[in-house]
Amino acid sequence: MTLVRRHFDALIIGAGGAGLNAALQLANANLRVAVVSKVFPTRSHTVAAQGGVNAALANVLPDNWHWHMFDTVKGSDYLGDQDAIEFMCREAIPTVYELEHNGVPFSRLDNGRIYQRAFGGQSQNFGGAQAARTCAAADRTGHAILHTLYQQNIRARTHFFDEYFAVDLIADDEGAILGALVLEIETGEPLLIESKTTLLATGGCGQVFRTTSNAHINTGDGMAMALRAGVPLMDMEFFQFHPTGIAGKGMLITEGVRGEGGYLVNKDGERFMERYAPNAKDLASRDVVSRAIVTEVKEGRGCGPEGDHVMLKVDHLGEEIVSKRLPGIRESSQIFAGVDPVVEPIPVFPTAHYVMGGIPTNRYGRVVVPVQHGPEEVIPGLYAAGECACVSVHGANRLGGNSLLDILVFGRAAGQDIIEFLKENPNHRPMDEAAVEKVMSRLTRWEEKGEGISVQDLRAEFRKVMEDHAGVFRTDEIMAEGVEKVKEIREKLKDLRLQDQSSVFNTARVEALELENLVDIGMSIVLSALNRQESRGAHSRPDYPDRDDKNWMKHSLYFYEEDRVEYKPVRTKPLFVETFPPKERVY
Amino acid sequence: MKFIVFRYNPDLDATPRMQEYDVEVTRGMMLRDALLEIKRQDESFSFRHSCGEGVCGSDGLNVNGTNLLGCITRVSDLKEPVKVRPLPGRPVIRDLVVDMSQFYQQYRAVEPYLIRRDPLPEQEILQSPEERDKLDGLYECIMCGCCSTSCPSFWWNPDKFHGPQALLQSWRFLADSRDQATDERLDALEGPYKLFRCHTIMNCVDVCPKHLNPTKAIGKIKELMLERAI
Repeated sequence: MTLVRRHFDALIIGAGGAGLNAALQLANANLRVAVVSKVFPTRSHTVAAQGGVNAALANVLPDNWHWHMFDTVKGSDYLGDQDAIEFMCREAIPTVYELEHNGVPFSRLDNGRIYQRAFGGQSQNFGGAQAARTCAAADRTGHAILHTLYQQNIRARTHFFDEYFAVDLIADDEGAILGALVLEIETGEPLLIESKTTLLATGGCGQVFRTTSNAHINTGDGMAMALRAGVPLMDMEFFQFHPTGIAGKGMLITEGVRGEGGYLVNKDGERFMERYAPNAKDLASRDVVSRAIVTEVKEGRGCGPEGDHVMLKVDHLGEEIVSKRLPGIRESSQIFAGVDPVVEPIPVFPTAHYVMGGIPTNRYGRVVVPVQHGPEEVIPGLYAAGECACVSVHGANRLGGNSLLDILVFGRAAGQDIIEFLKENPNHRPMDEAAVEKVMSRLTRWEEKGEGISVQDLRAEFRKVMEDHAGVFRTDEIMAEGVEKVKEIREKLKDLRLQDQSSVFNTARVEALELENLVDIGMSIVLSALNRQESRGAHSRPDYPDRDDKNWMKHSLYFYEEDRVEYKPVRTKPLFVETFPPKERVY
Repeated sequence: MKFIVFRYNPDLDATPRMQEYDVEVTRGMMLRDALLEIKRQDESFSFRHSCGEGVCGSDGLNVNGTNLLGCITRVSDLKEPVKVRPLPGRPVIRDLVVDMSQFYQQYRAVEPYLIRRDPLPEQEILQSPEERDKLDGLYECIMCGCCSTSCPSFWWNPDKFHGPQALLQSWRFLADSRDQATDERLDALEGPYKLFRCHTIMNCVDVCPKHLNPTKAIGKIKELMLERAI
């Protein structure tokens, strides 16, 4: 069979905010850029981001990028790399202005400037009074940003491969990345995209958990591709559970609800966050609020007949604020919880939301791995940005409003660095045909016929295992059992068979490939979590309740090969300012 | 609950058929959940879906004759048997998956991006809350295609008539105080088809899952054209 081949300067896998912002830089620079996405670009999950994007514009209250940096370092529980955090917080300001110039319909203040709201973990003056740093387009900020970036890419004539599924990266003997094998979903035909540079921007992997705010498509495809190409995944034990998912369903209720003045109550009507975070209360960091909710429920103060959730009170804000600032939340609450927040509280419980870990990169978006000379050697031609990457700006816990910022700043930075890389490396490297063949086998494997386990059933089993063994509170026993169960599931992958062998728009085949990705990532999460014997940020262990900076202020690196976990130091030295040394983290 | 679902696989079927499925309804079940259950019973069944909360716009469908989004439609609100078909008027790729390329082409044709001639300020372009309010009901479009594929004018002339979705987006930029390409945008809409094939049938308004009003937007564009002509 002859494999169709296409050639580009840059291949971007994923069409969310990171991918599209990188594509925009490259298309504006007149480079040949291909964006491959398994869904039409505006279906990417950036569309679901609600609350906003952080930048110290100081439009509402005094603010400063350095305060933003402090909050982010503290929020990360001192696991974030301070050079990358400094870069992100400085870049936040021009990045938001650029978005606005590109057309994002931000909400406005009376003086015509961009509206900013309070979000969790934000302070003025290095830990002082609450700040208002989150730039918002009502509660549909991600939608507004994603559509704007897609629109600008239409203007820039970016080349899109819509509904193509990326199968695997192609690497040569020296480890350089030569492009990727992709599958056209509509026809079932494989296609080889040869590219001088490849950017993974495939987003998160929330589908590893049963209850999640993440979309069906968030299966961590790029992370698993990186793993199979020999790249480790960094800090995967740090998975954020958003405090306010709709109870029993998982859909997100933005932190912006609490930013606008909403608060949590238990079955006694008590505003319980006052006990857990006396200063910040409901706007403490997400890990803190999620643990508080789970504790309330465990100790019998949960609401509802099963006592399995708490309530988010909004009705005191009045209809005008709710319909003006939180219209999407009102709609979602009515549809999925059957309540109108203007008159009654919303039942909420933590929901799997965001992976802080991912593909290790430097602040230019280049993928860095330990090969021979130190822990951060660049892989030629390979980039990663957005939720699939780990720069690391979020460390052990991400602040609300920093994820849209991360994808935009580092998507842009990766695009800019690719432009520089291409100046030095103007030619395609020769294609490694043996590597192509090896990757093709990942597709042909699904042509095996006969009786076997169903993809749907194993996916459901796996997600339940992850929920039970890698949740908000983790003990040695629970996680060790989780590792064994994920190993068993990984074995069962071999016994999966597709009953549907047809070629046209075969979603069963796509889901089979996704399940393989999910299970590989699941292993990185449970194993990294089991090994880390401390509590830090989102990783909370009753058997090791304290943060241990002496032994554990370091990044985990999980390798697919032999399920190995290694470590590398945190970059505590910023670019131009003083280090923020670790301190006790109270809100 | 009984579902009768449109099935067509060009690899295997000479013609489309309707297939019956029984789904046990659970509390709060959405149509998308029911379709996922059907997929569990029969993995050869294909449909698009993703976010599950009505923001990604993947699962526009025709159900009991009306276009809607599967993920925000409660099955308890549907009349049994539930007849599920692909969005009308578009070529079927397989089962409920249709080819939306012409729809996307019409969107691109209205130049759906902010055009600014003046030098950019180093901060944001100022916009009053009142000016910004004019974008409400426009920018929220999720491009699900429910409106354009329910529009008879679009069925007849999908290559020439922009359709309600694209025209709503055209107005979204015309209405934006920051945009500086009003004349070019209006010039590009001249002629008997692109804009003027709208006969205010208003199917688009009835079906929009985000409660937007393309007919009103089209009326505003026509008003602006008239104003300019005088």
